[in-house]
Amino acid sequence: MNLRGETRLWIAQRASAAVLALCVLVHLATLVYAVRGGLTGGEILERTRGNAAWFAFYSLFVLAVTVHAPIGLRTVLGEWLGWRGRSRDIALLAFAMLLAWMGMRAVLGVFA
Amino acid sequence: MSGMLKVLTVTIRRGGAWQAFEVPRRESQTVLDVVTFVQRHLDPTLAYRYSCRVGMCGSCAMTVNGAARWTCRTHVDKVAQDGRLEIAPLRNLPVIRDLVTDMREFFDKWARAKGQFTGDRKRGDDFARVAPESDKRQLADAGIECIGCAVCYSACDVVAWTPDYLGPAALNRAWTLLNDERDSRQAARLRAVAGDAGCHACHTHMSCTERCPKALSPTAGIAGLKRAVVVAALKGEL
Repeated sequence: MNLRGETRLWIAQRASAAVLALCVLVHLATLVYAVRGGLTGGEILERTRGNAAWFAFYSLFVLAVTVHAPIGLRTVLGEWLGWRGRSRDIALLAFAMLLAWMGMRAVLGVFA
Repeated sequence: MSGMLKVLTVTIRRGGAWQAFEVPRRESQTVLDVVTFVQRHLDPTLAYRYSCRVGMCGSCAMTVNGAARWTCRTHVDKVAQDGRLEIAPLRNLPVIRDLVTDMREFFDKWARAKGQFTGDRKRGDDFARVAPESDKRQLADAGIECIGCAVCYSACDVVAWTPDYLGPAALNRAWTLLNDERDSRQAARLRAVAGDAGCHACHTHMSCTERCPKALSPTAGIAGLKRAVVVAALKGEL
């Protein structure tokens, strides 16, 4: 990867961290609010099914995780295991796609 | 000296093993005094490096009781634990012999970070006028007193994990030059300090800042470089 690409990864990780900080706060606040009187699967689905705002918020959450986690892992793999170069980046691209697939599968599962 | 131990137990790292020496305790004794005593009186084969003895040349840094320090200005009072000193070569640098490290890679990284001043004025040009109170001059001043002792480089975990990482001293040098209005190679310098082996590899552990014997903050300089590189990248100038 060239200098520009490496710098863009750094920017993307910081930007996604800022998004995640907000998402986690909203997520936790919603959790605390939602479980006040106990929680059932039915109640959750009632709130999430067909709710476009909820869908947009958690899609953003998944996107931020998909960007943030593999870039951080890239550094960890380089520093702790000495794994650098193209093979690492390809493996992490696959990991990012796995995160996106699993995340969106969960989001769609309770939206649709 | 009342109540002070009369003898120091000094263990020195030599070629992968520790060797113990008993060194007389003296008033105002520095760690460099201790190492010098060992070489002059106990074992003349001990290799170590020093020059000025007054904290200017940056050649006598070693690992003392686990932490990198300049030995000429480190008093035994401050670092000896129960009358014991453990002295080893600097970390993150190849050892040539005993306490002497090979500093080529350390200084090569200064060059790689474009640590050389390059002006564009000619002999007939007037002097550049840089206002002492200007922001850039103040930022440069904050990091300019580096003596190149490699204490920060030795203390840095990122250097240990990423051998290509330029390290705190080279990046601090690049930062002072980036704030030098007379320098004409700023774009090349930003490219030199960007990327996985550059400023963005720093995790802000601040070990360099904690250990710097000149009380500089390479961490602050590296943070400045991170911002400058990001701005250049966003403008498409990287």
